[in-house]
Amino acid sequence: MTAIPAAEATRPARRRRPPAALWALLLPFLVMFAAFFIAPIVYAIVDSLFAQKSSGLGLAAPSREFVFLDNYMAALSNPSFVASLGRLVAFAAIEVPLMVVSALVLALLLGAGAARFPRVFRVTYFMPYGVPGVIAALLWGFLYVPATSPVLQLLSNVGIDLNPLSSDAVLFAIANIALWGFAGYNMLILIAALDAIPSDLYEAARLDGASEWRMIWSIKLPLIRPSIVLITLFTIIGTLQLFVEPLVLRPLTTAISSDYTPNLAAYNQAFSQGNPNLAAAMAVIVALLAFAFSALFIRLVNRKGNRAW
Amino acid sequence: MVTTDAPARPAPRPGPRPRGGARRPGTAHDLRSGRRAAPRPGGLAGAILVNAALVVAAIYFLLPVVWVLIAATKSPSQLYSTFGLWFSDAPQAWENLVRLFTQDDGAFSVWIVNSVVYSGVGALVATVIATAAGYAFAKYRFRGKEALFWTILGGVLVPATVIALPLYFLLNAVGLTGSYWSVLLPSMVSPFGVYLARIHANASVPDEVVEAARIDGAGDLRIFGSIATRMMTPAIVTIFLFQFVTIWNNYLLPLVMLSDTRRFPITLGLTLWNSQIQRDPAFTTLVVTGSAVSVVLLVVLMVSLQRFWKADLTAGATKG
Repeated sequence: MTAIPAAEATRPARRRRPPAALWALLLPFLVMFAAFFIAPIVYAIVDSLFAQKSSGLGLAAPSREFVFLDNYMAALSNPSFVASLGRLVAFAAIEVPLMVVSALVLALLLGAGAARFPRVFRVTYFMPYGVPGVIAALLWGFLYVPATSPVLQLLSNVGIDLNPLSSDAVLFAIANIALWGFAGYNMLILIAALDAIPSDLYEAARLDGASEWRMIWSIKLPLIRPSIVLITLFTIIGTLQLFVEPLVLRPLTTAISSDYTPNLAAYNQAFSQGNPNLAAAMAVIVALLAFAFSALFIRLVNRKGNRAW
Repeated sequence: MVTTDAPARPAPRPGPRPRGGARRPGTAHDLRSGRRAAPRPGGLAGAILVNAALVVAAIYFLLPVVWVLIAATKSPSQLYSTFGLWFSDAPQAWENLVRLFTQDDGAFSVWIVNSVVYSGVGALVATVIATAAGYAFAKYRFRGKEALFWTILGGVLVPATVIALPLYFLLNAVGLTGSYWSVLLPSMVSPFGVYLARIHANASVPDEVVEAARIDGAGDLRIFGSIATRMMTPAIVTIFLFQFVTIWNNYLLPLVMLSDTRRFPITLGLTLWNSQIQRDPAFTTLVVTGSAVSVVLLVVLMVSLQRFWKADLTAGATKG
């Protein structure tokens, strides 16, 4: 066993070993992944192509029929579902730039030489990540209602009357909850990337008389670009799953309908309207949208090539 | 995530992992090392501006937490009649807590225990199998490896609803819905954990070490179990923490799966009470106090384990 030719020794032994250990390491995950990721996705896709048809007076048991894309047609010709898709896109247009820019600004501020107590601030900003979205939405719900919100009361005292839950503002109100929860997490990813920049780069730039802005623009941003891409992608995906916040805020305002987002619509179809097939089609549409957005974003990023921005 | 590097080289790239070993200025505190070299143009005005912005941001992030901690000391009527950011004349934190833990036969403590079980057990198993898989991806070659890895990573991009809704029907078919398992089992899969583990295994477990152990006659599983995992400890803790918080914060999966309130996690339980506020305003206090307690629990966890969050995201590789 130990007598391997020297040339072979540098090339790790993985080759010659039987892959038993490999499968022992890999299989548990693969089995779980297949059962709880792949299977539901396949099930959803298949299910979205069928429909329950009740025969005649509905006396016989309903039969399952292949209807191909009918459920997709039904979803996409349903005005309120289409409206919810539009709302989701609008929400993403608000949320994604807001999130990425905020995380970036926080990371750069903490990385600025002048920052005092950076660790304290960092934990403070990161802390909301540990607050479940539901509870965050509950808390902000209280802060969005004038009767319980100290902020709205203070603003109202100086003559500014805001209603975050009005139909014009509610998307921003929801965006704020998501921002509050995840900005610190995204900031942490960016800080990790900033920390990895060799400090001699800064020193060299400083010797050349570069200003703080110049260093941000020409050193920091280009070097943490992959991390910015990463958090943007995560935010896009997270954004399209919008579900909990509107669900929790709904009792507080008439501006949020029961099918406010595609996910809410799908949930309702599955569990209160009793149409799991349509729900599956809706869920698949959201997934396709997520993939399309991600792919579009990656292409945009790549098109700019290696040049910084 | 988008840019995985060739597995053989310590990936300098993506996200939650800085570049590998060699250059690692003072464990994740290089923010401060930046500061040490600080005195320079921008000067006092700049420093004041930066710190003012940091304080404003801190107020923003603390606001809901401070509000709920104060609100948890109030009666329902005080909640509406007193200023939200200061205590009332007759704080009743203790009464609120007693009510919280006695309402519905101590449902709240059951929910806490459930949340801890779902998150703890789920994250533990998820960490073990994701670490093993990530290590396998990093240290073995096999056909279709990259395709398989990208399929798994693609799992990160799939919206949770697309998984949760059909999963209900699948688990319903095998009679698992409504059980602890219906929440636990799906929580044990962490594609992101595999990704982190692969990157960390690349960076912190040198091929030479694996090779030397093999020459000494150690089996592959033993090498993984007693050598690699030790070198990957910071990454493993990170994967666990991320998965723990992910499960703790999850709402959709238990919402879809569970109907018996005794099996609810905290998130579901609090929304259950929240939905009763309109019927009985006294539930407001329960929701507020319950939120305060659960926020405190997780904040304590996160702050006390802060160095591991750092270990994950910033410290990255062990000395290479």
